[in-house]
Amino acid sequence: MRILIVGGGMGGTILANNLARRLNNELKTGKARITMLSASDKHMYQPGLLYVALGRMTPDELYRDQASLLEPGIEFHVDPVDEFQLDKNQVKAKSGKTYGYDLIAIATGSRPVPEEIPGLAENSINVYTEEAALKFFQTISRFQGGRVVIAVGVPHKCPMIPPEVTFTLYDYFKNRGLADKVSFHYTYPIGRLHSLEPVSKWMEGEFAQRGITSETLFNIKEVDGKKRVVRSLEGSEAKYDLLVAVPAHKGMEVIEKNNLGKGGWIPVDRNRLNIEGHTNAFALGDTTNIPISKAGSTAHFEAEALAENLASIVKIGSPTRDYDGKVFCFIEAGKDKATYAMFNYNNPPDPKPPTKSIHWFKMAYNQLYWTSARGLL
Amino acid sequence: MPVARASAPRKVIDARGTFCPGPLMELIAAMKIAEVGDEIEVLSSDRGSASDIPEWIRKVGHELMSTSEQEGVWHVVVRKAK
Ligand SMILES: Cc1cc2nc3c(=O)[nH]c(=O)nc-3n(C[C@H](O)[C@H](O)[C@H](O)COP(=O)(O)OP(=O)(O)OC[C@H]3O[C@@H](n4cnc5c(N)ncnc54)[C@H](O)[C@@H]3O)c2cc1C
Repeated sequence: MRILIVGGGMGGTILANNLARRLNNELKTGKARITMLSASDKHMYQPGLLYVALGRMTPDELYRDQASLLEPGIEFHVDPVDEFQLDKNQVKAKSGKTYGYDLIAIATGSRPVPEEIPGLAENSINVYTEEAALKFFQTISRFQGGRVVIAVGVPHKCPMIPPEVTFTLYDYFKNRGLADKVSFHYTYPIGRLHSLEPVSKWMEGEFAQRGITSETLFNIKEVDGKKRVVRSLEGSEAKYDLLVAVPAHKGMEVIEKNNLGKGGWIPVDRNRLNIEGHTNAFALGDTTNIPISKAGSTAHFEAEALAENLASIVKIGSPTRDYDGKVFCFIEAGKDKATYAMFNYNNPPDPKPPTKSIHWFKMAYNQLYWTSARGLL
Repeated sequence: MPVARASAPRKVIDARGTFCPGPLMELIAAMKIAEVGDEIEVLSSDRGSASDIPEWIRKVGHELMSTSEQEGVWHVVVRKAK
């Protein structure tokens, strides 16, 4: 059986490695073949971008060679897919080559699209790409005081970024001795401070302690850079001296172009992860339309469930388990403290007060990530 | 022969048991890529959605078509008006 994995990020890499170990014998005897196509020969640890934005890490620390992260036996090509021909069980890549498959898994991720809101890209900073994170640091290091507005668009990658960027930036200015010169105003699209109710409650207390003001039900409509004001769909506005955006995201253009899903989001079954209307095509990670966090940990747990299922399809002809909606997120809370949220489709999260030890565990995880991507953790 | 349809098929967001990003957030995201006139149905097991979603719809000016509860699942149907 030929298994094709498209995308060599968090989801694709864990899936490939997990599968390779489950199908060790089948790979040796030629009964199974695993091929990965990706757009880059490098793998980026995306959560590290937050630390780059704050001047605590440099971009070179975020990358590893993709090939070095893969189990032996996985064929890897840097050859991004251009056309998905799911009805013919093949894809066409940029090189012009066609790759056939019996099973395909798509994990092409998501991208921020600040340019879709008038004025947002030019007038705000964000942490979502290497270039943006560097600009973020340069901007905050020159900032001498004023009103910082954090404005959040949906959907976005990593639901913990809005509180994390707020608390860590607050500490950054405090450490520079600017606490008295900087004020913070936080806006959020729905009727509370965070989509997870317990996180929202916890944030209320933390905001009160730091004097951070907020407006909820605020969806960014446009930014007027001359007047330095951001306006909401709901009809209100917020004045800023420094605008920090969590821009809305879309899936990759190639997904939309191939009619696999509007906005680049691929409709899949929430338990089996097969693409609607297909039994041999699957999607995982940020690019699915499942209403759960677009987070590395979602991609991780989906990859584990899918690897088990794809391996059993090869071995016994049918999948054996369901993905239960499991997500685990660290939440950096500033002052060297952190907490976490864990939940699935049936059990809500219950984050505990932040502690130093969880912060240090998160710091360790920044390194352990590479072990996790190899599928060992 | 293609059959003419009065309206586009309704898009369903199955947000049952999803805690993050939350049903309203999913709806806001879906509305952005929908066309004016499209209907979206949100399924939510979170009771709060039954009040959250209508509140946002009113504020922004879309149309709330219906809300109902069936066995602990809220069905909220919204039409993109602008
Ligand atoms: C600043 C920041 C902080 C974050 N913090 C956290 C955190 O604390 N915890 C957490 O769980 N998550 C966090 N995330 C989110 C996490 O990084 C992503 O959700 C995760 O990487 C998604 O995995 P994925 O496999 O779906 O996509 P990605 O890891 O983005 O991988 C996509 C892959 O697809 C490839 N690709 C793209 N187009 C094509 C094509 N046409 N053909 C072939 N390949 C293609 C790309 O080269 C890439 O290898 C954070 C993200 C950012 C940006």
